[in-house]
Amino acid sequence: MSTDTRTQPDAPEPAGAASAQTAPAVSAIAEALTSGTRPARPTPLSTSLTFGWRSLLKIKHLPEQLFDVTVFPVMMTLLFTYLFGGALEGSVQAYIAFLAPGVLVQSVLFITMYTGTTLRTDIDRGVFDRFRSLPIWRPSALVGMLLGDAVRFAVASGITAAVCLAIGWRPGGGVIGVLAGIGLVLVFAFGLGWIWTFLSMILRTPGAIMGVASFVLMPLLFGSNIFVDPSTMPGWLQAWVEVNPVSHLVTAVRELMDGLPTGPEVAWSLMWSAGLVAVFGSLTMWRYRDPS
Amino acid sequence: MSELAIETAGLTKIYGQQRAVDDVDLAIPRGGVHGFLGPNGAGKTTTIRMLATLIRPDAGTARVLGHDVVQHGDAVRDRVALTGQFASVDEDLSGRENLRLLAKLYGFRGAAATARADELLGAFGLEGAADRQVKKFSGGMRRRIDIAASLVVTPELLFLDEPTTGLDPRSRIEVWDIVRALVAHGTTVMLTTQYLDEADQLADRISVIDAGRIIAEGAPSELKASVGSGSLHVRVMHRADLAAVQGILARELGVEVETTSDPHGLAVPLEDRSRVTSALAAIEAAELELAQFSLGQPTLDEVFLHLTGHAADSPDGSDEEVAA
Repeated sequence: MSTDTRTQPDAPEPAGAASAQTAPAVSAIAEALTSGTRPARPTPLSTSLTFGWRSLLKIKHLPEQLFDVTVFPVMMTLLFTYLFGGALEGSVQAYIAFLAPGVLVQSVLFITMYTGTTLRTDIDRGVFDRFRSLPIWRPSALVGMLLGDAVRFAVASGITAAVCLAIGWRPGGGVIGVLAGIGLVLVFAFGLGWIWTFLSMILRTPGAIMGVASFVLMPLLFGSNIFVDPSTMPGWLQAWVEVNPVSHLVTAVRELMDGLPTGPEVAWSLMWSAGLVAVFGSLTMWRYRDPS
Repeated sequence: MSELAIETAGLTKIYGQQRAVDDVDLAIPRGGVHGFLGPNGAGKTTTIRMLATLIRPDAGTARVLGHDVVQHGDAVRDRVALTGQFASVDEDLSGRENLRLLAKLYGFRGAAATARADELLGAFGLEGAADRQVKKFSGGMRRRIDIAASLVVTPELLFLDEPTTGLDPRSRIEVWDIVRALVAHGTTVMLTTQYLDEADQLADRISVIDAGRIIAEGAPSELKASVGSGSLHVRVMHRADLAAVQGILARELGVEVETTSDPHGLAVPLEDRSRVTSALAAIEAAELELAQFSLGQPTLDEVFLHLTGHAADSPDGSDEEVAA
């Protein structure tokens, strides 16, 4: 009467779901373990691009991810153009010439904050712990994610530009100027993205990240020269607009897109981007070693 | 090369006021399965996350395959893999895409990455579902893709964090078979589980952890021996008889008789099995009816109760029940 037959615990999951699949064969697993040699370690660029590819695969599976980069820029552009156009410049036609480069900056920078919420969701699902356990250049998962986002921002830029063109924008810089402007916005967006990756390391919920990101973005986007010429503003606000990196970026993008000679603003924008990567990239990677 | 797979001294992780892992010393040899057994929240996962370089210890040191987890995290990551609820695959991607992604990250290029992914999908019986999003997988398939994702490059040490929690019995046995195949291949496996029979089935040695501390260590048989040679379980037919049966058993066997969570049940830890027959005969002679009785090796449940003073949150142990 004394035996050691095992009883199994109750199954919390119905077995039927898996039964359509063939069971794994131990011999095949043993073979898969031994087969092949381990390849050489990939370069940081290669792993970053692989993570970029992952972001694009996610768009393929979840096309609704493109909602924020399509509908949102169209809405912003039309709303601000028709809201302010008549009052500020007398006509939509005249205002769009001023507004188009700025509203493009606004559309792209505003949607960068989704980078933070997406990353937080990935961390909560445990995917990032697997990535962090891999023998690869550690920032590549984040760099790749930001590269994948750059594709989304390029889509948003293209759509914003198309809407502006459709309602009468005629940029003096031509196709080259517009593309150069978009390129500069994407570089800046990559730098800004590291603020959101850092937020997603220190804040626990996507909602909190969204809240803090909005708080950061509001003065950057609205306290700038996007909508109106700063010379009409009170002195204290002018002082802020002058130092606001988004103002530098908008001026640089206007110069490029309007075909004007470029001043120091292009260099300022690139320096700000590099500074954001240096500061918030470092902070992010510091928290990435031991996230909460 | 270090002889030990895992070596820690005073390993500690503190979250707020709570010492999630408290002064843990481990010395785990290479090869075989080391079981890490404890209830939810005991500190199993936190320990594994420190060993896999996912979080940093607040105190103490840890060496994995001879490399310090803080100083040489990259060398550790080069040699280990982990699978668990905290290190899963991307549910939005398909099974094949996940494995191709990991193959690329391990350095396989283009066609070689696809070939490696397909090879693993075949070995794990997942070809049919390969192009389905992982979130649409069943629990058993999900666990298989999680493990396959850890074997894109065969690791020297694999951390398996509760690999069978929530699985149906058949899928559970599949996972056990996979673990045995890994061990046969020479990979060291560190397995956390809250299922005592799972540790008993797979592990060569077990560390029992409770409230962040290691409270016992040894082979499953040693841990069992520490609580005597087994125990007798009886279940009375009528609850009113419980006290009478308890009295007879205590008298006949000369040891303390414990009540169980089952209001009809009694458990008797035994030093000596030879008097069980006469004890049962005495119950029959007193015309008390038993619904069931069983005599078995001590289960790890009993070991846990003995060590911690509280039961592990787990299903029934390993006694064969005999209807009387």
